[in-house]
Amino acid sequence: MQLIRRFEERAGELYAKAKIGGFLHLAIGEEATIVGAARALRDTDYLISTYRSHGHAIARGTPPEAVMAELFGKQDGCSRGRGGSMHMFDLERRFMGGYGIVGGNLPIAAGFGLSAELLGTDDATLCMFGDGASNQGTFGETMNLAALWRLPVVFMVTNNQFGMGTALARHSAVTDLQRKGESFGVPGVRCDGMDVADTYRVVCDALKRAREERQPLLVEAVTYRFRGHSMADPEEYRTREQVAEWRKRDPIALWSRRLVEAGVLDEAAVEALDREAVAQVDEAVAFADASPFPAPESLYDDVYVLGDQVRGWYSVDERTPDVHRGEEERERGVHPSTREEYDQHAAGPHESGDAPRPADEAQDAGERAHDGERGG
Amino acid sequence: MAVVRYREALNQALREEMTRDERVFLMGEDIGVFNGAYKVTAGLLEEFGEARVRDTPISENTIVGMGVGAAMTGTRPVVELMTINFSLLAMDQIVNHAAHIRYMFGGQVAVPLVVRMPQGAGHQLGPTHSHSFEALYLHVPGLLVAVPSTPADAKGLLKSAIRDDNPVIFIEHEYLYGQRGDVPDADDGDHLVPFGRAAVRREGEDATIVGISRMALTAVRAAEALADQHDVSAEVIDPRTLRPLDLDTILASVRKTNRCVIVEEGWPHGGVGANLAALIQEQAFDWLDAPVGRVTGADVPMPYSKPLEQIAFPHEPQVVDAVLATLRDS
Repeated sequence: MQLIRRFEERAGELYAKAKIGGFLHLAIGEEATIVGAARALRDTDYLISTYRSHGHAIARGTPPEAVMAELFGKQDGCSRGRGGSMHMFDLERRFMGGYGIVGGNLPIAAGFGLSAELLGTDDATLCMFGDGASNQGTFGETMNLAALWRLPVVFMVTNNQFGMGTALARHSAVTDLQRKGESFGVPGVRCDGMDVADTYRVVCDALKRAREERQPLLVEAVTYRFRGHSMADPEEYRTREQVAEWRKRDPIALWSRRLVEAGVLDEAAVEALDREAVAQVDEAVAFADASPFPAPESLYDDVYVLGDQVRGWYSVDERTPDVHRGEEERERGVHPSTREEYDQHAAGPHESGDAPRPADEAQDAGERAHDGERGG
Repeated sequence: MAVVRYREALNQALREEMTRDERVFLMGEDIGVFNGAYKVTAGLLEEFGEARVRDTPISENTIVGMGVGAAMTGTRPVVELMTINFSLLAMDQIVNHAAHIRYMFGGQVAVPLVVRMPQGAGHQLGPTHSHSFEALYLHVPGLLVAVPSTPADAKGLLKSAIRDDNPVIFIEHEYLYGQRGDVPDADDGDHLVPFGRAAVRREGEDATIVGISRMALTAVRAAEALADQHDVSAEVIDPRTLRPLDLDTILASVRKTNRCVIVEEGWPHGGVGANLAALIQEQAFDWLDAPVGRVTGADVPMPYSKPLEQIAFPHEPQVVDAVLATLRDS
């Protein structure tokens, strides 16, 4: 939890310095929900999450270096610089992705469950999403199908009280979210998402039922994000007092206090853990800085699985006056003007490091967030 | 080899691939007990059982999304959407997920998913049930798009689609389901039609007609009329797949005939023909003796009333006229 906290705090700082682009959604405050849930999984189980998933990847075992490099848009990022903050992925650790479309990951999670059913494995799937996603059509559709087909999936709604800037009571007629799956045949249970032990226990039980009884469940984790929806969030929808009140239940402070009281750790050990987390984040940043940007020749990599039928990207563009078949994609190289454009951006504020994010750019990002982006 | 209908050819493809590979399974609305809205999946439930032939609720976006998830984790789903009109409900899963997952996750996973669905007008089904949407899917990098027009191609392309590791949008046609044709059966060995290879349906010297989906048949009939009534020898090309596209075959034909007309049932703006006309003029401008012609569906929602509907999508006379227009003054 402490590693995720320090990682995200640093990511926020680096976003302000324009080392990280796009949107950055921090889960600071939600660490107990993330870690308690992820630790309940077996290595072969699947975890799938949302656009707020740096912590989910780290909790699943993805090296912080690979997550930070992804935020930097670098080649060694866990999605090779293609996905960014919202689209972390680590197949090896069965972290099956962060997804940028609210509610888009629910049907996919049910598909993992369907594969397990068809292939006869006892792998379970944990699908995490926000309270905002519970209003999407895919929520009801997926609950119904998962219950109908008895798929080994645990759905976990991370109720952080807001769908972006809209409070729960203003976006959902039913605010007792654990009950929202009942009419579809998915019983619910609630955990204290600020308490890592409670979250772990509840998710373990739910996974056991999903795996052994083929009964999908909906777990509501009640939590709170201490920071804005994204970095471009003026937070006009909630009071400082409310945030302060929730911060008293900081999941990391709660947990370390409990460990100290129980005699598991002493204050010195807590501080040592924090120093270790900070050092790991330092290493992650150094790694991400040193990692190269993906080569311009790699732009068209992985659009398709190439083979006999699809020999390559088949198109016409600025790189050649001829029909561009793609078999010779990398050999073709990059048009000089494209190379120039690439080099400019590769050498931009990312390399100079300390340049502050231009105010107008942050403003634009804020407007984009208000216009188009939704969340939970 | 046997003469079978287009829907039976598709059924053979599904049966053969399900027999060949246990990971292949089917999902869709009314594909099992009901045997499919267009009977393509008839008999498969009895043969393969409920685990592999799955009747779904009416939840298009989630059915496709489950197919995406299943495809990412070791199975090979074939999802049937009852018609292409309903695929609009699944657009998020098709575009944001099926098409992008491999790329946005740095190539770590593949999505070997097939989404089958019929399209097309002509049955008085009105504005919401008569669409032709190949252009929508052609637009999206990451998807493969097939538009088979004959029973043999329907079978061979579907088998290839199921074996491919990319997400495939497999567009059938409601009018074509009852059409008969020679189709290789299991005794003839594995009948596979590869993606990215156009078929020359008729050879000719004076003009090239490219017909998409059902319009490949319309193009052949127009070419026959041109030969019989106007002494014009038209070459007809059926691309069969739009992604990947066999542009080489089309360009070779245009370089021979110096004239080209593209026929499609969909709308004109941003259509397949618009795209193809751009490619042809970029690649073969010096060979063209006339502007590339297009015959498309009318730029309107499809009307219900029969005579109105019939004039809202292309027939042979419009194709004949368009070809003759390219030959005027030469």
